[in-house]
Amino acid sequence: MLINVPETVVADALRGMAAAHPELMVDVENRVIVRRDAPVADKVALVSGGGSGHEPLHGGFVGPGMLSAACPGEVFTSPVPDQMVRAAAAVDSGKGVLFVVKNYTGDVLNFDMAAELAEDEGIQVAKVLVDDDVAVTDSLFTAGRRGTGATLFVEKLAGAAADEGAPLERVEAIARRVNENSRSFGVALSAVTTPAKGSPTFELPPGELELGIGIHGEPGRERRPMMTSGEIADFAVDAVVEDLRPRNPVLLLVNGMGATPLLELYGFHAEVQRALTERNVAVARVLVGNYVTSLDMAGASVTLCQIDEELLRLWDAPVRTPALRWGV
Amino acid sequence: MLDVLDGDFFRRWLTTAAATVDREADRLTELDSAIGDADHGANLRRGFAAVTEALAPRDADHPGAVLVLAGRQLISKVGGASGPLYGTLLRTTGKALGDGAEVSREELAQALRAGVDAVTKLGGATPGDKTMVDALVPAVDALSTSFDAARDAAEQGAEATIPLQARKGRASYLGERSIGHQDPGATSSALLFAALAETAEATR
Repeated sequence: MLINVPETVVADALRGMAAAHPELMVDVENRVIVRRDAPVADKVALVSGGGSGHEPLHGGFVGPGMLSAACPGEVFTSPVPDQMVRAAAAVDSGKGVLFVVKNYTGDVLNFDMAAELAEDEGIQVAKVLVDDDVAVTDSLFTAGRRGTGATLFVEKLAGAAADEGAPLERVEAIARRVNENSRSFGVALSAVTTPAKGSPTFELPPGELELGIGIHGEPGRERRPMMTSGEIADFAVDAVVEDLRPRNPVLLLVNGMGATPLLELYGFHAEVQRALTERNVAVARVLVGNYVTSLDMAGASVTLCQIDEELLRLWDAPVRTPALRWGV
Repeated sequence: MLDVLDGDFFRRWLTTAAATVDREADRLTELDSAIGDADHGANLRRGFAAVTEALAPRDADHPGAVLVLAGRQLISKVGGASGPLYGTLLRTTGKALGDGAEVSREELAQALRAGVDAVTKLGGATPGDKTMVDALVPAVDALSTSFDAARDAAEQGAEATIPLQARKGRASYLGERSIGHQDPGATSSALLFAALAETAEATR
C-alpha cells in the first residue's frame, strides 16, 4: 500500500487534497471539506459524508452545483456528529441544510445525532437517505438497502436544484425523488484490503467473483465462477431493471470499484449498453469511471436513475467539483 | 462482596476496558472482517484511548459523571455504528446513576438496564438479531447476582451469536452467510463486562 502508517491515511489524503484544490477549504484536523465561498447567500446547502475509502465520494463532489461540504470518516467508518455539525454551521446561509446520508447503520445514527445538535444551534436541517442497492433483497430482515452509486445522482441533482435557488423542502423532495428512481448492483472480482488490517477482508480466489457486493469490502450474497464482462452486464442490468422497471429514459453510471482498469470498465460499459438496449431501456446520459469506490477492490457497479425533463435539466446544469465538472 | 462503587472505581473500569480493547483489538477486527468491514478493533481502540485521555484530568469524579464523559468521548471519536451505540450506552447509564458519589452494584445494574434500553431504541435491535444486545441483555440481568456472573453471561451471550443469522448492522447484508461467525459487537460488549469484573476483583 502507498501509505505512511495506517493511522494517518485519512489525514494524509486530506492534506494532499487541500494542496491540490485551493478552491476547497480542507480542515485536516476537524475533517471537514467545505467550498471556499460558503456560505452562499440565499441558497440551501448540501452536506454529505461517510467513511473514507470511497473517493472521490464525497469530498471530490464538493463545489458549485453539488455539495457544499463533506465529512470524511475513518476508512469505512461513518464520520462523527461533531464533523457534521461543524460542516452545517460553515455552509448554512440561513436557508437550511440538506444532509445526504447513505443507508448504513452508522451513518444514519451519526447524522441523526448531528441533525439534532445542528437544530439546537438554530440550523434548519432536512435529511435524505440513499438506499439504492438491489442486492439487499430482504430489507425487512436486514439493515435495509445500502446506499451506493445513486449517492452521486442525489448529490448532483439536488445540488443543482439548490444552486438554482430552490428552497429546502424542494431540494429535499428532489433528492428523495432521485433516490426512489435509482437502483444499483455491484460485483467484485477481488476482495478489499483496508489499511488497518493490511490483508484482504475476505477470501476471493482468482477465477471467482462475488455478486451483490457493497462498497465496504463486505462479501456479497453469492459467489460464482468467473463470468465474462457480457455475462456480468446481463446479470447486473437484469437485477437493476427488474427492480426499477423504468418507463422513462435513464441516467447510467458504470462505476469502477477502484482497481478495475478503465480499459475493462469501458468494455463493460459497452456490454451494459447492449444489455439495456435489449431490454428497451433508453439511456439519456452516461458516466463511466471510478466515482463510488471501495479502496483497492476490483469490480464494477451499475446504477440507473429514471429521469424526467426536470431531472435531465438538473443533470446538465453546471457543476464544478474535483471529480465532476462540466458546463463551466 | 464489593458493593460500594465510587468514581475511582468507574475510572478504573474504563481504563481497564481501554486496555482490554487494546489487547483484543486484532481479534475484534478479525471477527469483523468475517462478517463486517474489518474496523471494529481499530475504532474501539481509538475511542477508548480518547476516553482514557479525557478521564486523566479527573474532572469527572462521580460515577455518573465519569460514564457521561466517557460516552460523550465515544460519540465524538469513534464514528460508525459502535460510536453512537456505545456512547449512548455509557451516557444513558451515567445519567441514570445521577450525581451520587457512590453507587451500589444493584444501582449500577438498574442504570445499565436504562443504558441497554437506549441502545435497543437507537439501533432497533432486539435479542437474537446477532448484535451487541445479545451480550448486553444477559450481562445486565446477571449483574444483580455478581460481577463474575455478568462477565460470564456476556461471554456466553457473545458465543451464542455464532449460530444466529444477523438481522441488524452490516453483517445483515450477508444473509445466511453471517451464520457461523461470532458477532464482533457482542464480543466487544463482553469485553466491557470482563473489564468490569476484573476491576471489581482488583478492588476487593
